[in-house]
Amino acid sequence: MAVDVVMPQMGESIFEGTITKWLKKLGDKVERDEPLFEISTDKVDAEIPAPAAGVLREIKVAEGQTVPVKTVVAVIDAANADSSVSPRTPAPESVPASVSASVSKQPPATAQTCPAEKAVEAAFEPRSAAAASPAPAQRGNGQAIRSSPFVRRMAREKNIDLAAVRGTGTGGRISKSDILAAISSTAAPSAQPSAGAVGPGPHVLLEAAVPRERIYFGHYQVQPMSVMRQRIAEHMVLSKRVSPHVYSIDEADMTHVAQLRAAAKIEFEKRNETKLTFMPFFVRACAEALRAFPLVNASVDGANVVLHGEINIGIAVALEAGLIVPVVKNAGEKKFVALQRSINDLAERARGKKLKPEEVQESTFSITNPGIFGGLLGLPVINQPNAAILAIGAIQKRPVVIDDAIAIRSLVYLVLSYDHRIVDGAIAHQFMGQVKRRLETWDEEIL
Amino acid sequence: MRRWIRRKGKHGKRSGDKRLPLVTYLEAIRQALLEEMERDPAVVLLGEDIGVYGGAFKVTAGLLERFGWERVIDTPISETAIIGAAAGMSYLGLRPVAEMQFIDFIACAFNQVTNYVAKSHYLRGAPVPMVIRGPAGGGVHGGAFHSANPEMYFVHTPGLKVVYPATAYDAKGLLKSAIRDNNPVLFFEHKLLYRRVKEEVPSEEYLVPLGKAVIRRPGRDLTIVTYAAMVHASLEAAEQLAGEGLEIEVVDLRTLLPLDRETVLESVRRTNKLLVVHEDTRTGGIAGEIAALVSEAAFDDLDGPIRRVTSLDTPVPFSPPLEEHFLPNAARIAAAARDLAHY
Repeated sequence: MAVDVVMPQMGESIFEGTITKWLKKLGDKVERDEPLFEISTDKVDAEIPAPAAGVLREIKVAEGQTVPVKTVVAVIDAANADSSVSPRTPAPESVPASVSASVSKQPPATAQTCPAEKAVEAAFEPRSAAAASPAPAQRGNGQAIRSSPFVRRMAREKNIDLAAVRGTGTGGRISKSDILAAISSTAAPSAQPSAGAVGPGPHVLLEAAVPRERIYFGHYQVQPMSVMRQRIAEHMVLSKRVSPHVYSIDEADMTHVAQLRAAAKIEFEKRNETKLTFMPFFVRACAEALRAFPLVNASVDGANVVLHGEINIGIAVALEAGLIVPVVKNAGEKKFVALQRSINDLAERARGKKLKPEEVQESTFSITNPGIFGGLLGLPVINQPNAAILAIGAIQKRPVVIDDAIAIRSLVYLVLSYDHRIVDGAIAHQFMGQVKRRLETWDEEIL
Repeated sequence: MRRWIRRKGKHGKRSGDKRLPLVTYLEAIRQALLEEMERDPAVVLLGEDIGVYGGAFKVTAGLLERFGWERVIDTPISETAIIGAAAGMSYLGLRPVAEMQFIDFIACAFNQVTNYVAKSHYLRGAPVPMVIRGPAGGGVHGGAFHSANPEMYFVHTPGLKVVYPATAYDAKGLLKSAIRDNNPVLFFEHKLLYRRVKEEVPSEEYLVPLGKAVIRRPGRDLTIVTYAAMVHASLEAAEQLAGEGLEIEVVDLRTLLPLDRETVLESVRRTNKLLVVHEDTRTGGIAGEIAALVSEAAFDDLDGPIRRVTSLDTPVPFSPPLEEHFLPNAARIAAAARDLAHY
């Protein structure tokens, strides 16, 4: 009997998904719960298991296509599990190596001139439905700034950048009176070059800095962006446009922590069956500093500062072709071991595409670690809607002056990138000072 | 049975009249019928109890005595027969005005109206210059069979015109225009307004054109589009909100079919917010139609969602507290308008 395979709903507010890879091809035998295909959604990428054992009879949705949840994407013939190719074999069939080659990424492009547009359209279509609620604006999709058709038309006609207009309507949206006030007070033209933009208003992602023809010359290869990459791209542009980024750099002496870690490493890993890294030290130090400086643990909604009660720290994890930021919830309250375990677990599942949607939401602060790739320091982009993000550089032994003598110490550069709308230099530097002190005078039991 | 009521104060004078008489909505309708029957011998009336009894609400009182039984016809209790006969009369050159004693009963003649009267000119080239009139609307504890607002069945029928006045002045002027119109016109009279609305009505001849809305109250912050009894409730709400610094514009549609799109759109383009109010039930009411056409034609002028205040989707309750809960009222309209104005 035919069993429908549907696009699953990965979270309450997720309405569509993109098939990124078919792990089985037509005619393959599948076991129940065997990974069948990979999807990419608004919040997470995931591996989807087969709902029944049988033979994959029909693939209805190709790689690269985006469909609404509950759409039938394939059909498994469950009755014919023991017919066709071979008599019933109890062992799970190994996937032939040629699968990955034959089910390769098909470029969705037809004409070379519009490679990413179709995918962008598909990715952005129903998402605006989620933005209809009066709750604080959803960031990260096409419309981060809430207004109205009338307001947007006025902004277009008078060349006003809506990001610069204060919103006093419901939920901080820009209302008619706000835009009229902005028009009458100043005729500030938008600073964004819109050459090459498509459509009535330049879409963040489609905005080009030069006319598109100037990009295509000589030999080139067009690679359509994955859904994750598109989302990263638009988030970065939006974050930079919305938050004025200012950077506070400090250096922490990690010698003490490094010694502690070296001494406890083997025992820790034996007892807790999880690796001991530097990350929980940083997370703990940040959590305590965030408690002391709540403005750094906040978000901005129009003319309101939203101070978050919880301290949820997102930790950026590099993936094969992008990055994702799983969130350690209540980072200040967890015991050290639990913190380390949680960090390791989230990172592992992030790389294995097994994160749940709620695990990438509701962060109040973020940490990124460009140091593991060797960078001395990084100047990161704020993960909206946080107020700040901390970048950790490489921990290096360097000569340093202590009490008028030169000593060799393990040092690390810390960069706090913060939103100057609500965090001023004084707070930022004091925050960093607290983080640094905590790291340098670490006294918490880690075993 | 006219009563002259002297009103002290401010109103302007017309030539020949010292002061304009105050006339009720019902009396204005009667005057229209009387004047049209005097002007044009082809105008005849037919309906249940309209002759000897003078009409259930006394709209046609005195007309039988004035014009005789050939022009003021008491019919059997059969709405199908009334409409069918009126259609036949109009084929023969008469201009009948058929009464539905309560407009609710027009449902009995639905076939006649929608399949014959509405399509006659289109299918046969035979115009039907008739008016179907009757008391509609609730708020009088009339229950489910005597409180209907069935206008949308007929707004949805091409070939008809639908009119629903809110004032005595409009009732008279629109009925006269309807009688002179060569198309079949449904003329809804709101029974709650029959005696409660009283205003100055010129005794000289005047007409109000079909298909034109009017701005009852100019405003700036939000437009309410409404008709019939809800015009008065909306004006009351607007007065209340004026005290809070909100200037609400109230547009009285007057004619539902053909709808005066231009007046509605022009108003929304100025205030950028729209609230539609009608006593008709929510689903399938004209608010949906208006919202669609405003969204189509003026999307980029909207500073907020289009909202509506309507009766609930149930039959009209008989119990007075339930009926009050069922109907919109000034307080509810004010709350919705305030909410939308602050969106």
